[in-house]
Amino acid sequence: MTPSSSLDTAGAAPHDEHHDHHPSYLVDGTTIKSWLLTVDHKRIGLMFLFWVLLFFLVGGIFALLIRVELLTPGPTIMDAMTYNRTFTLHGLVMIFLFMIPAIPAVFGNFMLPLMLGAKDVAFPRLNLASLYIYLAGAVLALWGMLNGGLDTGWTFYTPYSTHTTTTVAPVLFGAFIIGFSSIATGINFIVTCHTMRAPGITWFKMPLFVWAIYATSCIQVLATPVIGLLLVLVTVENLFSFGMFDPARGGDPVLFQHLFWFYSHPAVYIMVLPAFGVMSEIVSTYSRKNLFGYRAVAYSSLGIAFVGFFAWGHHMFVSGQSTFDAGVFGVLTMLVGVFTAIKVFNWVGTVYKGAVDFKTPFAYFCGFLFFTVFGGMTGIALGTVSLDVAWHDTYFVVAHFHFIMVGATIMAFLAALHYWFPKMFGRTYHEGWGLVSAALIILGFNATFIPQFLLGNNGMPRRYYDYPERFQALNVASTAGATLLAFGFIIIAMYLAYALVYGKAAGKNPWRSKGYEWVSESPPPTHNFVGPQPTFPEEPHFYVDPKKAEVPDAV
Amino acid sequence: MSELLNNLLFLPESASTFAERVDLLHHFVVGTTMVMSAGVGLAALFMFFRYRRRLPAQATEYVVPTLKTEFLFVSVPLVFFLAWFGIGFRDFTWVTTPPKDAMDVYVMGKQWMWKFSYPEGPNGVNVMHVPANRPVRLLITSRDVLHSFYVPAFRIKMDALPGRYTQIWFEATKPGTYQVLCTEYCGLSHSKMLAEVVVLPEEEYEDWIKEQRRGRLQDRQDALADTSLVPPVARMVEQGQILAGTQGCLKCHSVDGSAHIGPTFLGMYDRVEKLDDGQDIRVDEAYITQSMMDPGAHLVAGYQNVMPTYQGKLQGPETAAIVEYIKSLRTPNVREGASEGPAYDPIQ
Repeated sequence: MTPSSSLDTAGAAPHDEHHDHHPSYLVDGTTIKSWLLTVDHKRIGLMFLFWVLLFFLVGGIFALLIRVELLTPGPTIMDAMTYNRTFTLHGLVMIFLFMIPAIPAVFGNFMLPLMLGAKDVAFPRLNLASLYIYLAGAVLALWGMLNGGLDTGWTFYTPYSTHTTTTVAPVLFGAFIIGFSSIATGINFIVTCHTMRAPGITWFKMPLFVWAIYATSCIQVLATPVIGLLLVLVTVENLFSFGMFDPARGGDPVLFQHLFWFYSHPAVYIMVLPAFGVMSEIVSTYSRKNLFGYRAVAYSSLGIAFVGFFAWGHHMFVSGQSTFDAGVFGVLTMLVGVFTAIKVFNWVGTVYKGAVDFKTPFAYFCGFLFFTVFGGMTGIALGTVSLDVAWHDTYFVVAHFHFIMVGATIMAFLAALHYWFPKMFGRTYHEGWGLVSAALIILGFNATFIPQFLLGNNGMPRRYYDYPERFQALNVASTAGATLLAFGFIIIAMYLAYALVYGKAAGKNPWRSKGYEWVSESPPPTHNFVGPQPTFPEEPHFYVDPKKAEVPDAV
Repeated sequence: MSELLNNLLFLPESASTFAERVDLLHHFVVGTTMVMSAGVGLAALFMFFRYRRRLPAQATEYVVPTLKTEFLFVSVPLVFFLAWFGIGFRDFTWVTTPPKDAMDVYVMGKQWMWKFSYPEGPNGVNVMHVPANRPVRLLITSRDVLHSFYVPAFRIKMDALPGRYTQIWFEATKPGTYQVLCTEYCGLSHSKMLAEVVVLPEEEYEDWIKEQRRGRLQDRQDALADTSLVPPVARMVEQGQILAGTQGCLKCHSVDGSAHIGPTFLGMYDRVEKLDDGQDIRVDEAYITQSMMDPGAHLVAGYQNVMPTYQGKLQGPETAAIVEYIKSLRTPNVREGASEGPAYDPIQ
């Protein structure tokens, strides 16, 4: 039985006779050393999952502390300095330790080789190294945060960050180290895509998740060195008083912003492009339908990655940059919006004449669609220069980037977790709890951030410890939403932990998906496939009725 | 209609000519966004129901978009986005290009307050007075870190950068008091960096200005107290003298030529000193500043490296004042009188 022909015998696939000789990656070696020193991309992905979830918990707790502090004007539960450190920690942990590695390092690592029919990534040892580099950076940054604490916000804007007496150096150096992990992962994925595709997988037969991860990796490899350089410059400026960014020494504080956003704007797409990829897989699987406009979706990932590099100046419309610059960056920002719109239309188009099975990951797809459309459109609104003059650095921006960057990514992260849970652990979770918690999360997220759009309209600046009375009602609404959101996450943690131990056996392909990763066993054996390397004669996402396949009708 | 939308969207009172423009575009953009999202959302919901799965292994038709469809997907958003951008950029150019007849107000951000000064005289902290229906140009700078000057009711915002001026203008349409907020994170009391703009009717504003000038004239009765009549350098020298005392410079540096823990300030400026590494150095502004910030960098021979750094303890202007004070304790070879400046031959 060749793996490629086993796709249609979905559901509880019979265990083949090799199974006993090829244990799943989870039980192939059970010592601690066999995990810590593994070069198996699946185990590395799983270890990333553990750490990423832990940091998500840390970042989430700090988010709740922020929301509680903002419940009333004036001091509520902490003093101003503690608050400033809290939002800095929240931003740093969430961005560098959760959002950037979340989907690529966990699901990219786990699924990419499976989707390409490869035994592992191109550089398995580098892959393991990237996990430890990430942890080393995380430990250093958190150590700095807890010993002295940083109060600059995650953007480290100079000259504040070069003047502040709080601990800048270890935190920046930690972030610098984490960058190497990001670069290593990116290189690994790019080389894997180029060299390790199984026979039959041409570039335009790669699953869209692979396309998204590929585009993301390109951004990681090209942009991360810039922030690495910048973090080093700020560190030496802070420690040894160089004159790069401090106008008192002839430096230029706006230079910092250019270099910072040259990385950090594309970094937004490092966070959200993998999410787009996950959703392409999910909408196709659950509507049992080939992707409407596969090439358009693949190309638009590359388009976003490319144009994303030329839009950084839209963070600086009121920084004193020239009016001409504002115009150029404004137009380029619009192009990113167009590429995203192509994706949205094609996802909705995929459902057309499909066969929708409304499972938990699909519920997250619905939430994702809303967050992407609304978050994307508010992004366009912010790219509209005169509107940005009013909204810049207010809660409107906070709400916008939480919608598109956090909302879309978390929807995709949870969707991916539920979608691939059977593949990764060989067990299934309780569908009812899945749908309930998805509803709670989507509702909670909206309840948290829609009031923040209105707060921004009303003029409340971000990073405010204290605020005038008139902003209170909306802040209370937002905090209430955050509480709901927290409950949603607690429920998910509970039933997934339960499923991990007591869940029913999932079978090889519980969703009857035609995704390449379902060709392998669930959970897969150590080298992914039993027997000869599989071949993939069909396009990905190909659910076509053989009788109707001859007439690929246009819309 | 516009009023209703403003209330629904929690927009603050709109009290400037720019605010009216921003609100119009805002409603256009938000309105289209709502219609678009509703369209996409309803289409999706309809299809989720219409195309729900009926058989577990149901196969589907092979549907791909035509070129026309994809073209529509690209062009419709592009047209809208570019239209918004066009209007927005026109308004942005308008608000960043002050009219020639605008009156000027200098704005300086400082942790954590806003200082306003008017070319014709009065200045103040945290309250800015402007006339209604007259363009006002703001020249914004900062004394320490980045700040951002934001008046929600006027929908204007501009960063305050140290060592550089940025500008933006507005024309207030309604007399009243409006809040000023700082929107660029600037440290501990960022959220306390509030001020207000008081918009007065034209006549009242003129009265206010007169009142301010009268106050200043009264001050001038006491000429000694009026520092504005003293030449600027002399003022800086006085400031520097006070600072040298309060910052503890005079505990180690004498001003009468006698030796002490550090070199005397008397006659220090423009002197050539021998360093403990044998090199010579001319004491100029750069060297004095460096010695305050990094005392051990070039140590004069015969003295111990005991001075603490004043990096971060002195503001730029304070450093300059102390330098001017040291220069004022000058030796005769320093030229007296105003500088004539460098002389250039005009290019033929």
